[in-house]
Amino acid sequence: MNLTELLDVAAAEKARQRPIKVHCCTSTGCRSANATAVMGNLQQAVENENLSDQVEVIGVGCMGFCGRGPLVQIDPQDDLYEEVTPEDAPSIIEALNGGSAKSIKGDAQHPFFARQMKIVRQHSGKVDPERIESYIALGGYQSLFKVLYEMEPVDVVGEIQQSGLRGRGGGGYPTGLKWATVAKMPGNQKYVICNGDEGDPGAFMDRSVLESDPHLVLEGMAIAGYAIGANHGYIYVRAEYPLAIKRLQKAIQQAKKYGLLGSQVFDSPFDFKVDIRIGAGAFVCGEETALIQSIEGGRGNPVPRPPYPAEKGLYGCPTLINNVETFANITSIIREGADWYASIGTENSKGTKVFALTGKIRNNGLIEVPMGITLREIVEDMGGGVPDGEVKAVQTGGPSGGCIPASMLDTPVDYDSLRAIGSMMGSGGMVVMDHTTSMVEIAQFYMEFCRGETCGKCVPCRTGTVQLYALLTKLLKRQATAADLEKLEALCLMVRDTSLCGLGQSAPNPVLSTLKYFRQEYDDLLVQPAYLNGTSSAAEAVTL
Amino acid sequence: MVATTAKSASKDQAPERASKPSKDVDRRLKRLDITMKRNQYKGDALIEVLHAAQDAFGYLEEDVLVYIAQGLKLPLSRVYGVATFYHLFSLKPTGAHSCVVCMGTACYVKGGGKVMDALQDELGIEAGETTPDGNVSLMAARCLGACGIAPAVVLDGTVMGKQEAQQVLTEVKRWENG
Ligand SMILES: Cc1cc2nc3c(=O)[nH]c(=O)nc-3n(C[C@H](O)[C@H](O)[C@H](O)COP(=O)(O)O)c2cc1C
Ligand code: FES
Repeated sequence: MNLTELLDVAAAEKARQRPIKVHCCTSTGCRSANATAVMGNLQQAVENENLSDQVEVIGVGCMGFCGRGPLVQIDPQDDLYEEVTPEDAPSIIEALNGGSAKSIKGDAQHPFFARQMKIVRQHSGKVDPERIESYIALGGYQSLFKVLYEMEPVDVVGEIQQSGLRGRGGGGYPTGLKWATVAKMPGNQKYVICNGDEGDPGAFMDRSVLESDPHLVLEGMAIAGYAIGANHGYIYVRAEYPLAIKRLQKAIQQAKKYGLLGSQVFDSPFDFKVDIRIGAGAFVCGEETALIQSIEGGRGNPVPRPPYPAEKGLYGCPTLINNVETFANITSIIREGADWYASIGTENSKGTKVFALTGKIRNNGLIEVPMGITLREIVEDMGGGVPDGEVKAVQTGGPSGGCIPASMLDTPVDYDSLRAIGSMMGSGGMVVMDHTTSMVEIAQFYMEFCRGETCGKCVPCRTGTVQLYALLTKLLKRQATAADLEKLEALCLMVRDTSLCGLGQSAPNPVLSTLKYFRQEYDDLLVQPAYLNGTSSAAEAVTL
Repeated sequence: MVATTAKSASKDQAPERASKPSKDVDRRLKRLDITMKRNQYKGDALIEVLHAAQDAFGYLEEDVLVYIAQGLKLPLSRVYGVATFYHLFSLKPTGAHSCVVCMGTACYVKGGGKVMDALQDELGIEAGETTPDGNVSLMAARCLGACGIAPAVVLDGTVMGKQEAQQVLTEVKRWENG
């Protein structure tokens, strides 16, 4: 394959396409709401209406508005239909022939859509994830060609550095710096790993990207491979995402067939093969050193860093590990340039971030917004606020993050601002809570999570999470005294400061942040110690 | 939990290589062999092989673990250690039907816990257990990535969104009545 051939494929695909495109979401969310049947009926209707030479129905990935699925969107009109049933689906096609559609018409200009800026999700909902030609027609694999034939590896690294891109897996480490470190390491064998473990509950950005646009991630990985001198990549996907795995497998096969992955990519001396590794349900495997153990077929126990994977990673070789969303940004940076990318976002947080907006919120789903947007804009304008109620808190960063109170909704969303208020960007889960959620219960909920997910290797995390959980449970049973609360705080700090890996170090965050902003809820649960009075509550406390 | 649809697998279907293996077991072992061969019997394919074994047998019986250890030339302790580390691997037989309730944050905030409570009451078992008649396994998931349609429940491998306790109970009762 060379550039002319690539452009030919794109041209042939465009010629094959019909002027009117009916996009039907077939990702996990809409699929569970019968989207497959909707799509079948749409296709049937196109035939019945004799529109086959003008209209095509395309099964696409996530359009973002998952709470209102199944979604059907029509280009070029940009009509959006929500909660489409298989029965009503044909009427949408009939409407193209002058009839009227029975399905609910959505507002494509709603802030939920209008405020978004799509880089990572640029093709989601437009491209057919199961056909590489569809991706190529949108300019796919041209960035890979560009780096192979027009750029030296150091220039590619330089471009990424200059873009200001930071890791989207939670830590926010500068991506270019990481690439530069691995590129400089000696050795013939290096690896690229894409972290698609996405263990943070309430987050599904990575699943959506993998299901909607797998080639975007594969192309990003290949560019990384060229930049750092690796010829082998692994993509680690959690087993809970069967559809993402299936689509990735298909995508890899198709790319190999076209000579865009495998040996001699684009007929150049660069080889790059990608293997999929499937997780088996362990949150800690999202941690990079644990993930490497898991790829090697072992227990997902983290190992102390340094050495960082960049020096000594998979099979002891220098390894670049980045998140799915991080890789999904690469092709655009190469195509549009680092300066363009760096012009989006804030001083220290460049580009966009995808968030999974869930919980007690009117508009549920995935959004991609420029960094620096405030939480209020996301939750109130785009999300439409809490149905019959008010926002009490927004949880970001999952089990490693914290709960941000409604009074701080004007905080801009970027790595540093969120960290400054005791939460973190995390991978992009954003769970909105209203008055029905008790903050102590939420703290207990996350501690239960960490208690169950600790790998058990280091003592502070293994036993600390158990003790913290016990203390929170005691509080919720109204059996804890002020001394217990003190103990809870002290233990939080100890677990945070002494654990081996990020799991333990950040496990106390949900407790610490709720203590900081919702202390009253903790205080309200306290009881007097038994020796101070002989009332029934104290008596209960003793029996414990 | 989602990737593998639990199939009924009782003790007597388990591989018994000491005596003559039944045809069924033979076929399933063959699937294991194919997976191991495809991975050139390399130890680092252990997790993939365990997935294949669980798919074929429904759960990871001790004999199967021994078989895998021999195939990949790994100490049994390593195979056992890995099989017990990951939540998706089950060393006990699972029920004929499986019901997974998501207890991730988004689902929790939207009432996943209530669905779970109702199911535990109805089935008389806790999450992670199988009814004594081997009919239904009840499990809790951390997050299925279907948070946009919370609360999510997976019934026999099919993801269902926006579930209420009553809806799920109706489905499960259907299983109970055969
Ligand atoms: C307990 C724990 C869980 C993690 N889970 C994930 C995850 O699910 N996905 C991810 O990309 N990174 C996760 N990380 C971060 C990774 O260790 C690593 O920093 C990241 O994959 C690097 O990619 P990035 O620089 O592109 O963000 C986790 C870290 C910790 C400590
Ligand atoms: S929290 Fe239930 S699917 Fe994500």
